[in-house]
Amino acid sequence: MAQQSIGLTGFGGYIPRLRLQRKSIAQANAWVAPNFLGKGKGERSMANWDEDAITMAVEAARDLLGPDDDRSYVDALYFGSTTMAFKDRLNAGIIAAALTLEETVRAVDVASTQRAGTTALMQALSAVKAGEAKHALVLASDHRKTRAVSAQELDFGDGAAAVSVGTENVIAKYLGGASLTVDFVDHFRGDTEEFDYNWEERWIRDEGFTKIVPRAVKAALANAGVKPEEIKHFVLPCIFGDKFVQQLAKKSGIAPETARDTLAANCGETGAAHSLVMLVHTLQKEAKPGDKIVLLHFAGGCDAMVFEATDKLASQAGKRGIAGSLANRQEETNYMKFLTFNGLVEWEKGMRAEQDKKTALSTLYRNEAMIMGLVGGRCTETGVIQFPRSRISVNPNNHTVDTQEPYKFAEKKAKILSWSADFLSFSMNPPNHYGMVVFDEGGRIMMDFTDVEQGTVDSGMEVRLVFRIKDFDEKRGFRRYFWKAVPIASANAKSKTGQAAE
Amino acid sequence: MAAGIKDKVAILGMGCSKFGERWDAGPEELMVEAYLEAMQDAGIEPTQIDAAWFSTHIDEVGTGKGGTPLSLALRLPNIAVTRVENFCAGGSEALRGAVYAVASGAADIALALGVEKLKDTGYGGLPTGSMGTLNPQWSPSGSAPGNFAQLASAYRAKHGVSKEDLKRAIAHVSVKSHANGAKNPKAHLRNAVTEEQVMNAPMIAEPLGLFDCCGVSDGAAAAIVTTPEIAKALGKKDIVTVKAMQLAVSNGLESQHNSWDGSYFHTARIAAKKAYMEAGIQKPREEVSMMEVHDCFSITELVTMEDLFISPEGRAVHDVMDGFYDADGKVPCQIDGGLKCFGHPIGASGLRMAYEMYLQLQGRAGERQLKNPRIGLTHNLGGAPSSNVCSVTIIGAHGA
Repeated sequence: MAQQSIGLTGFGGYIPRLRLQRKSIAQANAWVAPNFLGKGKGERSMANWDEDAITMAVEAARDLLGPDDDRSYVDALYFGSTTMAFKDRLNAGIIAAALTLEETVRAVDVASTQRAGTTALMQALSAVKAGEAKHALVLASDHRKTRAVSAQELDFGDGAAAVSVGTENVIAKYLGGASLTVDFVDHFRGDTEEFDYNWEERWIRDEGFTKIVPRAVKAALANAGVKPEEIKHFVLPCIFGDKFVQQLAKKSGIAPETARDTLAANCGETGAAHSLVMLVHTLQKEAKPGDKIVLLHFAGGCDAMVFEATDKLASQAGKRGIAGSLANRQEETNYMKFLTFNGLVEWEKGMRAEQDKKTALSTLYRNEAMIMGLVGGRCTETGVIQFPRSRISVNPNNHTVDTQEPYKFAEKKAKILSWSADFLSFSMNPPNHYGMVVFDEGGRIMMDFTDVEQGTVDSGMEVRLVFRIKDFDEKRGFRRYFWKAVPIASANAKSKTGQAAE
Repeated sequence: MAAGIKDKVAILGMGCSKFGERWDAGPEELMVEAYLEAMQDAGIEPTQIDAAWFSTHIDEVGTGKGGTPLSLALRLPNIAVTRVENFCAGGSEALRGAVYAVASGAADIALALGVEKLKDTGYGGLPTGSMGTLNPQWSPSGSAPGNFAQLASAYRAKHGVSKEDLKRAIAHVSVKSHANGAKNPKAHLRNAVTEEQVMNAPMIAEPLGLFDCCGVSDGAAAAIVTTPEIAKALGKKDIVTVKAMQLAVSNGLESQHNSWDGSYFHTARIAAKKAYMEAGIQKPREEVSMMEVHDCFSITELVTMEDLFISPEGRAVHDVMDGFYDADGKVPCQIDGGLKCFGHPIGASGLRMAYEMYLQLQGRAGERQLKNPRIGLTHNLGGAPSSNVCSVTIIGAHGA
């Protein structure tokens, strides 16, 4: 029997559309840190106030999974991040609920290291190889908080990537890999700390990357039975510049020109997600069937995996991925907004922000499909679709009882019926946009809008739904999630009225 | 259909406190102010009141829960006091309770009183209320102006009205109300404004600027009702009777079913139709003499003109601009200044509207007095366009 091929079966990506201009950061801080003026080039991705590692991971996963209602085939979910929203509450469980995965899914959080993304992928590969999972979803996402006037706020970015692991329609075969575990502390984030503490860059570069990465590459290539010169793509997150990454490739026996774009110029390093972010980008922009790829992530040693792209790679052509996410950008030049979104400024939110955001967990659980999965109801007798689902149908012509089956709204096409930009109610990004969203197939939801600029919204505009943070309960350290509408500001997406026939 | 309430109940007396930022008064003082005026008008003793209905909305910043705040403030003789709350339509709800009690024969004389003390919250605008445990987990945490402003976007899309034309029309709604309110000593805001002022005011919730929003005030209003027979026996002349009281409540159609286009009030149309039927009104545009509608926001008043079947659908902008609802127009609207100038002490507003209609019908409205009004309509709305309670009350001269 021929050996079953295991590998990546799909990918997805998500980079928040806001791109903070590094020039804005450097100039704002030049009075105290003129040394950063030289780094004031390019842009970094910046999560909206309502995004975190979970919401970005959900977006990447949705890109991978596509709009189909049936996601029951996903039997494992590995989520890698160092910025989990909860220390104790299964973060992958929140993602699973948002994606409406089956409760039988094996959901795992992989945390505490920049290697979390690659380790999550290795776990998925092992599970599939062992036959314990058939279709594993691997998500990596990070939204790292940085101190103002730190090199990290210039170097880092926010983002997420998704890959699926299986044995059918493999787009990149897994050939083998290795993990080196070395307690090399280039940085750390203590248990009670919000920020990283970093050691000297020259030491990290010369004693860390330079000595550890080639050993991991060597071990992985040996396990994969691949020669260094066969590698076409050397994928390694690193903030020390392209030239240094090329040197590392060369030091590993791999052609320097195979060093792939670290996306430092237009994205920034997205933490534990970045190796997968770069991999997805490489698969979209560079890889051709037959190309061998080495995927690396340096942290506490180094993870290394070797893949070979197949002719099925073309099946992913419709994905937004990282390339598409990078193309969907909105320049942000307001450094204060970045600080505010990241909780780095004590600002006067006004009395309206004082409202207690305590969440009734029993209510949340009872309505989990509705709130987390945006699942409403569809009447099996009349076909009327509604949100929320209810025992007695809203259909004015026939209030049927107990006829509704679950109906998923999140991936459905919708338009704005009515809206306002509200300066009165509290918003982290005023004015507070919200309105009635009507779905082409039926149903409507009054919901918050996000990723929206004032003056760009009107009735009839198409929207896309996204899973976001609804509220922070600062008193208790909880955060609520729900779905929001993102207006798609293209002229051809606009129709005269948002009303759908029913 | 039931025989209805027409002419079964008369208004014996009414009272209304001065509305405004009543830093001098708590809810008790406001209640007493409205009550004493109503009692003097009615010419009765407290012991003659059989039962009372008490409306207040926000117990957290207002007067507290239950019937006791009213009974304590007025030292009522241990009679039944029922607290009612139905969003911003509570005042009309209190009146409905009292009217129904008299109509049923359970009470000879009943009191309805509404009060709200809003200006102890520490900020402008309405306080943010709680919505249970489920709603906050998914509904937008918006504001009243943000919810009502949405009428504008849907109305424009439906009727093809430009942003500018609608903005000017709703500006005129406010200009008209300010002109009326300037003549009312009990109004909170007593300044006349121009369309330009309204249109250039700071934005609150697009497209509603500051002058498109009603004031936020403290106030109380009260009514004492009885049968027409008792009113006559008490020596009353020019008796004003209740012609219709209807309340329609959303059942989720607007918020969950795609048959509603967001540009009008589904409930208002239902309540209006039923009220006209109850009152025997065939052609409201001709038969209604005057109106006090729930102008929490200028756009609300504009679309309500169509929902009450006074303006034909899609024509409210033209009627407003033609001055149809001005003090010297065919159907004067907000002749007392409306919520716009009185502000909206939630529990009191429905009764404040009835107060002006009552004064006008009795020819006691002073500088604002209209010529020989016969039928007055009040429209009192609570909630948001997509989910609300809507009360339509018609009162008129006995026999009209």
